[in-house]
This record gives sequence, C-alpha cells and structure tokens, in this order.
Amino acid sequence: MIPAAFEYHRASSLPEVFELLQAHGDDAKLLAGGHSLLPLMKLRLAAPSVIVDISRLSDLAYIREEGDSVKIGALTRHHTVQHSDLLKREVPILPYATSKVGDPQVRHRGTIGGSISHGDPASDLPAVALALGATFTLTGPSGSRQVPASEFFQGFLETALAPDEVLTEISVPKVPSAGWSFQKFNRRAQDWAIVGVAAVVGNGTGNGVALVNMGPTPLRASAVEEALAGGSSAADAAAHASDGLDPPADLNASPEYRRHLAEVLTRRALTEAGAS
Amino acid sequence: MKVSMSVNGVVQDHDVEPRTLLVHYLRDVVGLTGTNIGCDTTSCGACTVLIDGQSAKSCTILAATADGSSITTIEGLAHGDELHPVQAAFREEHGLQCGYCTPGMVMAAVSLIDEHRTPDGGTDLNEAEVREGLEGNLCRCTGYHNIVRAVLSAAGVSLPGPGTHIAATVGGGQS
Repeated sequence: MIPAAFEYHRASSLPEVFELLQAHGDDAKLLAGGHSLLPLMKLRLAAPSVIVDISRLSDLAYIREEGDSVKIGALTRHHTVQHSDLLKREVPILPYATSKVGDPQVRHRGTIGGSISHGDPASDLPAVALALGATFTLTGPSGSRQVPASEFFQGFLETALAPDEVLTEISVPKVPSAGWSFQKFNRRAQDWAIVGVAAVVGNGTGNGVALVNMGPTPLRASAVEEALAGGSSAADAAAHASDGLDPPADLNASPEYRRHLAEVLTRRALTEAGAS
Repeated sequence: MKVSMSVNGVVQDHDVEPRTLLVHYLRDVVGLTGTNIGCDTTSCGACTVLIDGQSAKSCTILAATADGSSITTIEGLAHGDELHPVQAAFREEHGLQCGYCTPGMVMAAVSLIDEHRTPDGGTDLNEAEVREGLEGNLCRCTGYHNIVRAVLSAAGVSLPGPGTHIAATVGGGQS
C-alpha cells in the first residue's frame, strides 16, 4: 500500500513549521515518528496534500526535571521515555505504560507528542496523561499556551490544537510515592487496547483514573474519581467505571463487553495502585 | 526529491517520490530484496531493518524521513561467507520454517541483543524478555520456540533443555 501523493517539506525550526502550516492550512499534516499518521495514509483514510516532517527538530527531544514536574519534549521517542531513569523514579506509570505501546520497532520511532496530538481514544498515553493531570504546551506563531490534558481531547481524533499550533511539551507532575497501575486488555501482544485503565492514586492532589477506548476521546473516569473521593472501596468505585459513557462497538467487543472490561480493569487497577 | 543514506555501509543517492516507503526504496530502488513485505500494516515485522542501529518497520517510514541515516538490512549482516552470530544461531537452532519472517526476525533480534549488552560482552536477556522483545514480529509458521532458542543462543544465554518452557510474563509487572 502506498500513500496518496503529497508535497514533502522537512522543517528545521519551529518558525519554519508555522510558516508551512500557515501557508497550507488544513491541507498540511505534521509528521513526527509517523506511526499514527502513515498507517492511515497507506489505507487512504488520510490523504494530506502536504507533509511537514518535524522529526529533525531535535530541540524538542528531551526529558528534564523542573521543580515539581518533569518536562518531556514532544519529539521524545517512546523508547527513550520507557528507559528514562528520571521518569522511572518520579513518574513510574509513564515509562511502564509506554513499554506497552505497540512493539519495540514502533517504540523506536513513535513519539510521545505524536501519540498525544493524534488524540486516538484507543491509544495508551493520552489516558496516562489524563490520570496524571498532565499539562501540554501548545506553541503557535504568536507564542505558547498551556492546556491541561483534561481540556485537550475534544472529539474523535480532535484536540485543542489550532491548525497552526504544535504540541511542543508534555509536563507531568512528579508522583514518586503515589500508587499507580496501568491495565491494558488486548487479544494479541501488539494490538490496541480493547479497554485500558490508568490510575494514579494518593498523590496529594486527588486521584486520577482514565480510560482507553471507552468513548470517542480518551476519557477521565470521573464517577470513579468521585466515588474514591467519597471514601468508596476499590470495588465499589470501579462499579462506576462506565457511568455516563457510550463505549464503541467493533469487531473485538460490544459496548456491553467494554463496560464489563472497564469495571474489571478499573477494580484491578485501583487494587494494584493501593486505593482503599 | 533527492535522498541519500548509507545502506549496509554503502552511500546511496537516489531521486524518489516523497511518498516512497523505505521498504519500497530498499527493494525496488536500491535492489536489496532480502527485506520482505508482509502485512504492510506495521504489525508483522517482516520488513524490519535497522535505522541507526535500532530496529524499525520499513513499511511505516518514508524514505524521505530516513534521508541521512544509516540503514542495515539482512544483506548487511554477514561478512562474506561468515554469517552474523544471530544468523548462525538461527541456522543452528532451526529458527526458521518457511523463512518469510526470518529477515525481519533476525534484524529485530540483532537490535534486541544490542540493547541488552552488558559491559562484559554478554547480555542480560532471558527467555521471557526475548519473547516480549520479539512481540513485533509474527511467524506465520508459528515456529517461535526455535526462534527464541536461536536468539537466546546468539545472546549467549544457556538454552533450556528439550521440552522445557518458561512462559512469557504478561500484564501487571511493577516489579
């Protein structure tokens, strides 16, 4: 399978990216690791007429401490996140969940920023960002703005990114002593999750529980978070996992099965994370 | 557009369409057909090559993106008649049946072993890590048992005896 023809530009700086995005508008797509976009282009589900390859913007590949948080450049590859000693120590759920993304070849190429800005409800890292209460830096021609993960995912493959903006940084709070768990249920090793759950509990700022593939966007399990805040047990809180949600049906699972999985996986996640 | 990259140590300069995938570039433009196209959907790993030493699925990378990098394909492993240790181990342990997945499987194994090298020249791999490390490669003959034995052998790990099998660890895993 071969993608539809496109014009290719390799950007060497962010200002150049903005120029290209402004010149080509909706016709242009950013290419980082390419492991979300290229499969869609090969299937002709996406056919952008302009590709802006940002994979050489090496200034956007970093992991560093800053006060109470860890800042991750959007072009940091999954492999680097997975093996980061700093993240293993301060935000252990993130490298662990990243180790479950795709397979080693995919993790060598795919980037955290690409995965998050694609906004796929079935991908793992958006849910982890939600559970952690991450903040994203969106940079455009006139400057940067900070958007909490909870406001970033707006619709199916739709995010808060404006057409001329780039996700440049992911900021995650240090939670070295929080309980955490990432549960992913799939049928084969490298498949997308049929349902997944990310939980971070007891980090001092409330509990974060988020779901993979339970609706049109990556979602916070708000009813579970509220039940935990109200003193519910893990099992009682998990019973609210799919409250108010409308999970999709596909070849792998019916909505009913997804609701069942969400409850079971949430219970396991809360138990492993040590939510009482 | 012009792309230039080192393929198995030889610099290649070619003019390609921007939409050319790396696997098509390697097979149809450079003429190295050892890299197979399998599922063509980033799942099976038959097209695995090394980009700057790391395994990658060449069906999901543009030749344009690989411009300037160093590519190793299955043809680049052996020195003349002397097989690469991973190739030799696949032969010794019968780590192939139909052979279609083998180039990708070998390249994935080379990358996996390289990432697990210890300072003494050995590796810290075990069977479960090999099985998990090859999750991006599918063998249509389901001949995984001998593939795993071959990779362990190449990694310098003493092989489990006949009939023994250590299940791959899955799930949980905060340890």
